[in-house]
Amino acid sequence: MAEAALRTEGLSRAFGGLAAVSGVSLECRSGSVHAVIGPNGAGKTTLINMLSGDLAPSGGRIELFGEDVTGLPPERISQRGVGRSYQKTNIFLGFSAFENCRLAAQSRLPSSMRFFRRAERYHEVNAAAARALAAAGLGDRGDVRAAALSHGEQRQLEIAMTLATAPRVLLLDEPLAGMGAEESARMVALIRALKERHAVLLVEHDMDAVFAVADTLTVMVNGTVLASGRPSEIRASREVQQAYLGEGEAHV
Amino acid sequence: MEAPRGLRVLLAVILIGLVLFPLVGERFYIQYATKIMILAIFAMSLDLLVGYTGLVSLGHALCYGIAGYALALVGGHAAVSLWWSLPAAMLVSALAALVVGVLVLRTAGIYFIMVTLAFAQMLYYYVRDSEYFGGSDGIYLDVRPTLSLFGWAPVDLGNQLHRYYLTLALAVATYVVLRSVLRSPFGRVLIGIRDNEPRMRSLGFPTFRYKLACFVLAGALAGLAGYMTAVQDGIMNPEQLGWHRSGEALMMVILGGMGTLAGPALGAGALMVLELVFSIWTKYWQLLLGGFIVAVVLFLPGGLGGVFARRRGGADRG
Repeated sequence: MAEAALRTEGLSRAFGGLAAVSGVSLECRSGSVHAVIGPNGAGKTTLINMLSGDLAPSGGRIELFGEDVTGLPPERISQRGVGRSYQKTNIFLGFSAFENCRLAAQSRLPSSMRFFRRAERYHEVNAAAARALAAAGLGDRGDVRAAALSHGEQRQLEIAMTLATAPRVLLLDEPLAGMGAEESARMVALIRALKERHAVLLVEHDMDAVFAVADTLTVMVNGTVLASGRPSEIRASREVQQAYLGEGEAHV
Repeated sequence: MEAPRGLRVLLAVILIGLVLFPLVGERFYIQYATKIMILAIFAMSLDLLVGYTGLVSLGHALCYGIAGYALALVGGHAAVSLWWSLPAAMLVSALAALVVGVLVLRTAGIYFIMVTLAFAQMLYYYVRDSEYFGGSDGIYLDVRPTLSLFGWAPVDLGNQLHRYYLTLALAVATYVVLRSVLRSPFGRVLIGIRDNEPRMRSLGFPTFRYKLACFVLAGALAGLAGYMTAVQDGIMNPEQLGWHRSGEALMMVILGGMGTLAGPALGAGALMVLELVFSIWTKYWQLLLGGFIVAVVLFLPGGLGGVFARRRGGADRG
């Protein structure tokens, strides 16, 4: 069996007395989507923040391709091949879509301490940016100012920027947030395509989308893992139905 | 990030005007214009921090004053060559910026403003009370640096007209260098840090290093302005290190438009010219100047340079 790209062991984070995440162990493999679901406040975002280095864990361990990366700052995690997209769209609104990706791709130059040649003249960076834009389905929207893109396109750009850093592991934090049905369908297709060459960890509320793309599901409740397994197993689990899915259906 | 057309035309007109100005200007005004151009260099260097990287420093005069004092100490009584003394003075400023930067860049926002101010004021009080630096009187420069090329000395820095043109050349050079830096990958990173530093980190940029490099570059260019101030005034005193100096430069940046590079240079000109005009009119000139600044901030949020950018923004939306 392939080695896990990303693995956590007993990962925990407390805010004061509140254990936002406690003892979470999971694995994410290349070529598969591992979705993390759970009700609001389950600790999903805290978990992803620890994986991307935005938040230091208070306990446990994070391994990336077998190496311990626990507590490394976000820029080091990124340089080791982890790309993260944010729940709240986090793009540079004043730049064009292409410039957003170029800036992201620039992070893979050995250094951006380059002071004189114009940023536009780095052809390898331009090429990487163009590839990322095309991969995210924005190939023909490069010249549009990010602020002028539709919400769905901004979400795509968010992912395109992440792709421009040539990651091997993708952490997607609610990529479908606020999307219409058509946009959602496009994003689901995109995630499915991305899985071919990346290990994808997906945090998402849209259950239809989750069951459509996930190979593995982890259900979190109150900061802990309630269940983990294949989608069919999770769907069949009575525990999960009671704690989460059932509750959701009760509202429908 | 290309300067809007209107602004570029205005800059070209101003440049031609400045080249021709000594033909008609009296000595006092040539002197005054030289000071304005020096402050324009200072303001542009501060814009790199404030306008492009989002680092609001209230202690930028530290780097400015240090270079001036470096020249006054080394070349105040015996003429030194500008060829080495200017780079050396800028290096001293850059080193000061490096040391201060390593400490202050760990803070952000209001704390950054306060610690930059604190460092500058520490140096100000030390220099003001130190015999070595001439105390509150400062240090006079009996001689000016020399500027010769293989024995040929076409520029005499004792001559006001020559100082005027040298300053003009340096101001243009500063603008050109900064503009090119801002268009480079480095400049893009700075703008990214200003707009969203956490995102830049998650994209893999070690932002601290870039902020530090920016702080050092801005410090070196502030040093250029401080050096020229010592050359122009023939004296360096502690006021050049004080928070008034830093605050004035910040005002020029805000007045001219943060993050527009040419704007703060215009801001320096506007502030100094209005100060002169108002002070001829009335002894309450500071009241008028203050009112003008408030009006600009209220009605032109992008500053004077922003007038052009905003018009362009409107066209984009149309």
